[in-house]
Amino acid sequence: MHPAYSVIFFTTASGAGYGILFLAGVLALVDRLPLSGWFSWPLFVVGLGLVSAGLLSSLLHLGHPERFLKALTQWRSSWLSREGVLAIVGFGPAGLFALGWLFVIDDTRDIGWFMEVLAVATAALSAVTVYATSMIYASLKPIPQWHRRDVSLGYLTLGLATGALLVNALGALTATTTHLVPAIAVAALLVGALVKLSYWNALRRLAPRVTAASAIGAATGTSVRLLDPPHTEPNFLQKEMGYRVARKHADKLRRIALVLGFVVPLAAVLVSFATVGPLTAFLAVVAAVSGVAGIAVERWLFFAEATHTVTLYYGETAV
Amino acid sequence: MTDLPRKPPAKKLGLVIDLDTCVGCHACAVNCKEWNAGGFAAPLSDTDPYGADPDGVWFNRIHSFETGTGSTGRTVHFPRSCLHCDNALCVTVCPTGASYKREEDGIVLVDEDRCIGCKLCSWACAYGAREYDVSEGVMKKCTLCVDRIYNENIPEAQRVPACVATCPVSARHFGDLADPASEVSRLVAERGGRELMPELGYAPVNRYLPPRAPTSRGESLTPTVTSVESKFLQWVDRLLS
Amino acid sequence: MRTPSIETSPPVSDQVKETTCYMCACRCGIRVHLKDGQIRYIEGNPDHPVNKGVLCGKGSAGIMKQHSPAKLRKPLKRVGERGKGALVEIEWDEALEIATGWLSEIRRTDPKKLAFFTGRDQSQALTGWWATQFGTLNYAAHGGFCSVNMAAAGLYTMGGSFWEFGEPDWDRTRYFMMFGVAEDHASNPIKIGLGKIKAAGAKFVSVNPVRTGYSAIADDWVGIRPGTDGLFIASLIRELLLADKVDFTYLARYTNAGWLVIQDPGHADDGLIARDSAGRPQCWDLAIGGLGDALDAAARPALVGERRLADGRAAVPVFELLARRFLDDAFAPEAIAETTGVPPATTRRIAAELAHAAFAEEIVIDQPWTDFAGRRHDRMVGRPVSFHAMRGISAHSNGFHTCRSLHVLQALLGSIDCPGGWRYKPPYPKAVPPAVLPTGPAAAPGEPLKGPPLGFPRGPQDLLVDDDGTPQRLDKAFSWDAPLAAHGMMHMVIRNAWAGDPYPIDTLFMFMANMSWNSAMNTTETMAMLTDKDPATGEYRIPHIIYSDAFYSEMVAYADLVLPDTTYLERWDCISLLDRPISEADGPADSIRQPVVAPDRDVRPFQDVLIDIGARLGLPGLVDDGGNARYPGGLRDYMMFHERKPGIGMLAGWRGDGSGQGTGAPNPDQIDRYIANGCFWFDEIPAEARFFRNVNQAYRAYGERMGFLDTAEPVIVQLYSETLQRFRLAAMGHGAKQPPDSERERILTYFDPLPLWYMPFEEARVDRTAFPLHALTQRPMIMYHSWDSQNAWQRQILGSNRLYMARALAEKLGVADDGWVWVHSHHGRIRVQVRLMDGVNPDTVWTWNAIGKRRGTWGLDADAHEATQGFLLNHLISDVLPDDAHANADPVTGQAAWFDLRVRIEKASDAEARESWPQFEPLPGTEVRASVPAVLKYGAGFRKAS
Ligand SMILES: Nc1nc2c(c(=O)[nH]1)N[C@H]1C(S)=C(S)[C@@H](COP(=O)(O)OP(=O)(O)OC[C@H]3O[C@@H](n4cnc5c(=O)[nH]c(N)nc54)[C@H](O)[C@@H]3O)O[C@H]1N2
Ligand SMILES: Nc1nc2c(c(=O)[nH]1)N[C@H]1C(S)=C(S)[C@@H](COP(=O)(O)OP(=O)(O)OC[C@H]3O[C@@H](n4cnc5c(=O)[nH]c(N)nc54)[C@H](O)[C@@H]3O)O[C@H]1N2
Ligand code: SF4
Ligand code: SF4
Ligand code: SF4
Ligand code: SF4
Ligand code: SF4
Ligand SMILES: [Mo]
Repeated sequence: MHPAYSVIFFTTASGAGYGILFLAGVLALVDRLPLSGWFSWPLFVVGLGLVSAGLLSSLLHLGHPERFLKALTQWRSSWLSREGVLAIVGFGPAGLFALGWLFVIDDTRDIGWFMEVLAVATAALSAVTVYATSMIYASLKPIPQWHRRDVSLGYLTLGLATGALLVNALGALTATTTHLVPAIAVAALLVGALVKLSYWNALRRLAPRVTAASAIGAATGTSVRLLDPPHTEPNFLQKEMGYRVARKHADKLRRIALVLGFVVPLAAVLVSFATVGPLTAFLAVVAAVSGVAGIAVERWLFFAEATHTVTLYYGETAV
Repeated sequence: MTDLPRKPPAKKLGLVIDLDTCVGCHACAVNCKEWNAGGFAAPLSDTDPYGADPDGVWFNRIHSFETGTGSTGRTVHFPRSCLHCDNALCVTVCPTGASYKREEDGIVLVDEDRCIGCKLCSWACAYGAREYDVSEGVMKKCTLCVDRIYNENIPEAQRVPACVATCPVSARHFGDLADPASEVSRLVAERGGRELMPELGYAPVNRYLPPRAPTSRGESLTPTVTSVESKFLQWVDRLLS
Repeated sequence: MRTPSIETSPPVSDQVKETTCYMCACRCGIRVHLKDGQIRYIEGNPDHPVNKGVLCGKGSAGIMKQHSPAKLRKPLKRVGERGKGALVEIEWDEALEIATGWLSEIRRTDPKKLAFFTGRDQSQALTGWWATQFGTLNYAAHGGFCSVNMAAAGLYTMGGSFWEFGEPDWDRTRYFMMFGVAEDHASNPIKIGLGKIKAAGAKFVSVNPVRTGYSAIADDWVGIRPGTDGLFIASLIRELLLADKVDFTYLARYTNAGWLVIQDPGHADDGLIARDSAGRPQCWDLAIGGLGDALDAAARPALVGERRLADGRAAVPVFELLARRFLDDAFAPEAIAETTGVPPATTRRIAAELAHAAFAEEIVIDQPWTDFAGRRHDRMVGRPVSFHAMRGISAHSNGFHTCRSLHVLQALLGSIDCPGGWRYKPPYPKAVPPAVLPTGPAAAPGEPLKGPPLGFPRGPQDLLVDDDGTPQRLDKAFSWDAPLAAHGMMHMVIRNAWAGDPYPIDTLFMFMANMSWNSAMNTTETMAMLTDKDPATGEYRIPHIIYSDAFYSEMVAYADLVLPDTTYLERWDCISLLDRPISEADGPADSIRQPVVAPDRDVRPFQDVLIDIGARLGLPGLVDDGGNARYPGGLRDYMMFHERKPGIGMLAGWRGDGSGQGTGAPNPDQIDRYIANGCFWFDEIPAEARFFRNVNQAYRAYGERMGFLDTAEPVIVQLYSETLQRFRLAAMGHGAKQPPDSERERILTYFDPLPLWYMPFEEARVDRTAFPLHALTQRPMIMYHSWDSQNAWQRQILGSNRLYMARALAEKLGVADDGWVWVHSHHGRIRVQVRLMDGVNPDTVWTWNAIGKRRGTWGLDADAHEATQGFLLNHLISDVLPDDAHANADPVTGQAAWFDLRVRIEKASDAEARESWPQFEPLPGTEVRASVPAVLKYGAGFRKAS
């Protein structure tokens, strides 16, 4: 699949954004969400900002953005519709929760039942929205690399990890860190790394399900070679789904994603447990920047490594 | 309405394409373009029409493959258009309801006024049958010539899809594949009509008739003589008597 | 779930006009739907005899031709150097003054200094007649480089031929063999026929080095090596003869198999047919045990055995000579296997299958008929084996004889115009050869020719050469170079005009022929010849060039005066039986085109312009006694009122009072009758006259009534060609007209009265190790020659071409798909991209014809891939033979030997792997084209409208 920057940005940004909002909710529930405006203002601005930016960018890439409301109608069957609904619904509790936190609450130990409900809702909706996003891809049968359970797991853990890294950086910069956030980051990174490694391994061993023979109705086992494409110049399908990344290239990017996305942040965060002051802040920022960059690379691969059965009509022999 | 019809449609209109007779002439592709350019999904935009990278919306495209090797080798021309699947993922993934399958005849269509151009349906179609009109910002596709097959302004006999009416070798057949008595169902039964990518479970309605195995006829000739001269002697007796 | 209600019965159009398609020369009937004056949809006319409702890919793209930005808009006059495209638009008055100025001077002084040649047009009935009236013999259409081998071989053998002059009995045939056909003129009829064959479960065998298109659906594909079909056919014939699987009765009655050939070496009539005092062919009649009239009903001609003639000389029946030729062990399946690449088992199997289909699957129609000799047959017995062949065998220098072999094979199987076999299309069969002779120079300037420029020589006496052997025609047709050049030799016109050989001309007038590009051999030099000046005078060697095109083709830039034509949807046209017929086997047909949209430019139908110019010149037949234009209404009037002979005109339908079929007085309502009938006329032949028409009395009567017959005699299949032998005798020193000594050997060898096979000239003359491969072109079904790159829809499907080659060969060369290679011939080199395939003869490479375009033409952007990636094989093809001045053509007919090309291939360096080569200086067509949209949204308006 063609790794369009809009989708890469959208999924990474909204993933991280929901990660932040999810954490905000959870931390608030366990009394670990700092009250300091230095911390909470940027927290909610960045969280909600990333989510909105992501949604906006995907919206702008529609053929008819002005009709976006129609996209909320088919939640019964369409994960894209569900994602849209959840995203919009999610703004409600998340927004109120942010307002409450920034303007009403003055004591973390007792935020009151109403705020607790909002916190729960924010965390839950954030998680479910990211899940919905992942299901848009996981529901696509023609793309074996996506049509898998672990795709959702990846989106959830990596969303949480990037969110945690950002919250951690924020905490470190505002010296309001608890050990809980980096701990969550470490945990999410570890799980995420495992998920990704096993996913990448699986792709290597992925046995093609559909052959060109099956695509043109020839007897199974018949060798099929494309002689001429229907048109001499590539069409929309080839441009959109014909993208092919060289295995060597992919391996390199996987290493980069692994190092930037997991190794560096893990190392940085772990070391930061033993440090104090500016150094901790520095490490936390390094971890966040590197992590987000790494996940962006991982996202690029997620698309570039995906193959579509339509390519069987354009020269691929098995997908 | 992006749910599929609850009960499978009573009628399953579709195409049966004979790969044993398709010569790959592109007549169906161009005639489809010509009919639909001014029809239900008009226009079928073409970008850079006279330049280096011409690209356009086509509901029907003809691929050429080579299959098998040696004596079983074969060149197969393969026309590709929407298969009007019973289990059409292009419909269920659509967030707006623009993409739908008709209850009355199973035809899968796009309601362009609802389409937001998210392209998800084109990702969901395993067969590459969705055609995005970049300049219109909406998705288009084979309409099974819904504006021909029921059209009272067209003589009864010609109320078939444009691609079917125009195919010079009659490799394209149109009819109701839900009706076992129909001509198309008969063809599918007789010729072992194939479903494309059955493993994906889209339950496409269209079928493809595979190339026939060549038959040899006639026992080998036995020369009545071995040498040329004796042949003439033989003729002298045989033809002159 | 709800289903939105949609309009399923929109009105298709507010007006439907019927006319005839001309996206190619097949000439199908179409219905053009118009909505608010725009073309909404073009569909096939279901009632039309040619296409029966179907429409091919080209025809379906007619809308985009009508909207092509390459359309010429006004007459053009050259202002700068020729070939640069410096043209200015002028008014029609000026254009016609220039043309008549040049032409009247020529006609006053030396009419043959006008060379009038036409290409893709289907109006030769008019153009040929016009040339005759003008008084120039230098006229021909494109047939000479097209497929004259096919036409001549058939017409000199059985009075009909493949090409468009006959067709298989698609409904009844059980076994169909196709030789060297990619598409052919009868594009839709052949496809419709193949559909019928498939539906009926008959067998389809395709003999072709390439397995695409029709060959792709063949039950049996024979990937023969180019130029060797003659051997393969000979081997089939040998197998059939050895097994006695031939129709002896048919041979004895309806071919010249039993005719006695004089065996008198050294004498003037050696090898001619023994005839009685009345000129009737003699046979050895077994019924009476002596010499007899071979055409007599009672005769039982002996097919073998040497006999004595009345004068005591020896004579043998044709069949014996034929059998001795084909029983030669050189034609044994094993012997031909290596040369042809056809395994012996395959040859044997196909021979057996032919025999089986012909004799074991014999079909019968319960329809009595009577043959020429008065024999009454109570049924029509068919041998359901049919053949079709085209340029794959005719576009070789051995094509004439290969085509003849194929006709001999048909005759041996008794399968000519029989149920299930190959069938004539009226007005064929004609006499063998047709009774039209080529006409020499006009008696004096201002006089018309005494007959048509082109015809069918019956011997040396009919050649157009001076006593010293000098050709009288510019193209040297009907000279000793190409005695049977029945369609002329358009491919030699530019070279000869440039060289002033045999004489210089004044004006080259061309119509619908892209002669500076895809229809020229030796393209690069041809362009140079068109622009070459005589250093002495500083004048162009070809002083004037007038050209009529409808689009900005490569040729436009080489004209001094361009006459812009209309499109096929904007004009009247006449598809006449006097031209290339659209008839069906079951009956004659002709048709017309009527304007369905009005031109949006200052253009005029060429045929109207030609008639106008003729009138301005005062050509006989084009002006009345008062000197006024005879056809002021242009072609429309000419179609209705012109008579070739009394009662015979351009159109055969609704003559006289409207009841006249074929013959009758002109009818002022004729055109309206055609329009009312869908713009065509078709007459079904009576059942009794529908088969064996060369020898069927009922058909002779029908043909007589229709004015089709050119002989009172039956048309007996000429297995042995007396005509060819007459040329041979001349070469042996007999007769008044003899070839110059330089040509004797050539004539002796190639005018063999029996079919023979020889290695194609280029292959025989170049170093076969230096040029180990054959290089071919094929017609793409979706493109018509150079016409369609201007078409926004068709060019998406085929916008550039590749050189296809066998996978093994590519691996040897180390090239992959789209890799770049150099292709060398003895004549030149080109740089192209390759595509790998399996279904191709291992010694053969090929590409699609006429896809490559010159930069700045056809309304395309300068970087269009037609020019940057596309290419022509023509740059590699020489117009003359490697080591002598003879045309690169068949020695009998002068047919251009496009497919004799031999090449060597080398991988191109990475640095070179950018662009096809050669690239010529861009022409300014892109600058002057009509404005083109960035996005084409044709049809958007209709949706709003409905
Ligand atoms: N390598 C190779 N070369 C070949 C062949 C091959 O097999 N291989 N085939 C040869 C054969 S058989 C043929 S017949 C020739 C064909 O070659 P040509 O006879 O030259 O045919 P085209 O080039 O297709 O068309 C000639 C011109 O007709 C113009 N034209 C189209 N429509 C109209 C119209 O309505 N009015 C007027 N006035 N002009 C119009 C086009 O613009 C074009 O410039 O090519 C020959 N060249
Ligand atoms: N779509 C379309 N239709 C056309 C035309 C067009 O340009 N486009 N042009 C029209 C014209 S002018 C003409 S003359 C006709 C020509 O119609 P065709 O006769 O079909 O002409 P080609 O396309 O040259 O096809 C020649 C075929 O012969 C094969 N061949 C080459 N050499 C040999 C050989 O030695 N032996 C055998 N057995 N096969 C061989 C080639 O592979 C090719 O398939 O088509 C007419 N119809
Ligand atoms: S029109 Fe018929 S033969 Fe031609 S490509 Fe389409 S299906 Fe094949
Ligand atoms: S072929 Fe594709 S577009 Fe057509 S119904 Fe099936 S999934 Fe949808
Ligand atoms: S592109 Fe249009 S039809 Fe396709 S899924 Fe999106 S909204 Fe539905
Ligand atoms: S059914 Fe109609 S829309 Fe579909 S491919 Fe055929 S012509 Fe095109
Ligand atoms: S075969 Fe030729 S004439 Fe017939 S529809 Fe096609 S382009 Fe038109
Ligand atoms: Mo031709």
